[in-house]
Amino acid sequence: MKNELQNEETFYESIIRKGYSRRSFLKFATYMAAFMGLENSMVGQLVKTMETKKRIPVIWEHFQECTGCSESFIKSDHPLVADVILDTISLDYTDTLMAAAGHQSEAAKQASMKANYGKYILIVEGAIPTKNDGVYCTIAGRTALEIIKESAEGAAAIITFGSCSSWGGVQAAYPNPTGSVPVDAIIKDKPIIKVPGCPPISEVMTGVVLYYAMFGRIPDLDDEGRPKQFYGKRVHDSCYRRPYFDAGLYAESFDSEEAKKGYCLYKLGCRGPVTYNACGTVGWNGGLGFPIKSGHPCIGCSENKFWDNGPFYKRLENIPGMGIEATADEIGKIVLGAAAGGAAVHAIAANIFKKKEIDENREMGKINEQNLNE
Amino acid sequence: MKTMTYNYKRVYVWEFAVRFFHWLTVLSLIVLIVTGFIIANPPSLNLNVEAAKSYWFGYVRLIHFTFAYILIANLLFRIYWAFAGNQFANWRNFIPYTKKHWQNIFYVLKVDIFLQKDKEHKVENISIGHNALAAFSYLIMTLFFLLQVATGLALKADTSDWWFPKMFHWVIPLFGGDIATRYVHHILTWLFMAFVVIHVYLVLYHDYIEARGEASAMISGFKFVRAERIKQNIRSFVNKVKKQMKDGNIKGNIENDPE
Repeated sequence: MKNELQNEETFYESIIRKGYSRRSFLKFATYMAAFMGLENSMVGQLVKTMETKKRIPVIWEHFQECTGCSESFIKSDHPLVADVILDTISLDYTDTLMAAAGHQSEAAKQASMKANYGKYILIVEGAIPTKNDGVYCTIAGRTALEIIKESAEGAAAIITFGSCSSWGGVQAAYPNPTGSVPVDAIIKDKPIIKVPGCPPISEVMTGVVLYYAMFGRIPDLDDEGRPKQFYGKRVHDSCYRRPYFDAGLYAESFDSEEAKKGYCLYKLGCRGPVTYNACGTVGWNGGLGFPIKSGHPCIGCSENKFWDNGPFYKRLENIPGMGIEATADEIGKIVLGAAAGGAAVHAIAANIFKKKEIDENREMGKINEQNLNE
Repeated sequence: MKTMTYNYKRVYVWEFAVRFFHWLTVLSLIVLIVTGFIIANPPSLNLNVEAAKSYWFGYVRLIHFTFAYILIANLLFRIYWAFAGNQFANWRNFIPYTKKHWQNIFYVLKVDIFLQKDKEHKVENISIGHNALAAFSYLIMTLFFLLQVATGLALKADTSDWWFPKMFHWVIPLFGGDIATRYVHHILTWLFMAFVVIHVYLVLYHDYIEARGEASAMISGFKFVRAERIKQNIRSFVNKVKKQMKDGNIKGNIENDPE
């Protein structure tokens, strides 16, 4: 009953009921507009939407995951952000955070899915194992495969939090013993917003949820299904160490003077140049920093198959799917060596097998040399 | 036969456009491979310079991108020339769609690659322009070039304001991300290097065995072709000259009519 009542509240009413002032509310609206990558002039529209729009029901499924994404989500630095997100969406089911347990929680989910059929957002955290009918991940006695199909059916949109539900993540890394797949490998008929990262930045997660809640539509997505406003740029292109890259100043090891000086980590395997994320702009822990700022190269945690593209501290060397020592350059050297060796062997063989032809040419040429006029 | 060499005629095989394309490709390839490897694994230079005062790596990338565009323009020009150029530059050489192409491919494989005896000694088997196998290998390399261009431009697309590289953005999801796209770009570089080794060796091989200017042909444009392969229709030649004299274009007279 209480749940139904809260569903009738607008975002604004809920915030005021929580005891925040209108001033705080306006600050929050401005803050979120910035997070969502909106223009200044959109703040007013955002405020109006929050004042009038009803809370949106959310079902949050947890499959093969480490709950790191939930951890990241609830640690949005701005207390208001976390509060508002957790209070103003109607988070009807999340087995990690909800007070109910066991049959009660499952019943709450079923009730919400029935009442909000076609309207709720489905958030998925974790990959879905498919091998042996998906027995490697079961919740309440049912497989993840079964659950995702059921909960996706009535969803208005699906948001995949983290690299596992977006790409497959560590479960799907070689040799992928449980046959794990991302959500978009199973659900084809729903809009899916991928929010990859291991974990994703909390403000990015809240930003995406809020965008949908505010505007009732999914944000602009890139070719791979990620929201453009957060995944439109490479970490490399928003990195504060970029001038060192262009100047050719690199740290060669972690204990070097260059590393201390904050030189570019490109040669220590930084995946910034191939990773799309908002780390360089939004930052982590309330914008305090991000891995590169702390002296650690980016490992590309929001990229597809980043686990298989190791080792992390080397510049993209190993060929995925091949042996540990099979770097592209080593194979290249073998191919080049084989070509050169083959040419050398062929040259020797040609001198033997084509001897008659060569001798004949030379003989005739010699005769002509003897018969030159003067 | 032992008293003299065959008679050879000079034939203009590689037009200036083809030679220009060839050497510009050589230059771009060298620059792109060198800068490409620097970009993949840059040496640490000038470690005591302020970042604000140095931009050498930026310039290396600039050179790489510039020569990439030169290579692309060059490639497009060559595709045009495959329709506009002479019979040896024509696109028909490169696609083995006739029986003749395949016969020549097997001939080259047998005689030049596996060094078997050429018992019949048919003069038509010796190609004047590309042999069919070489031409086919250039077609394959062109496809790899296009793949290299597509992956390179796709990696460039996100930091470019120009519509041309942006056009290739679809390549990234095709390979499943920047990481995989970069791998393809990197591995293909080695393929081109291996191709260069084989290509240069086979040119030298043909020059050495056949001794008819295979290597220098790409400088002068001429190859030496056995005289009996060129039409010896003297009657028509004489008639042509006589007509020119009649019209007053050439002065002189023909005293000994060959017939």
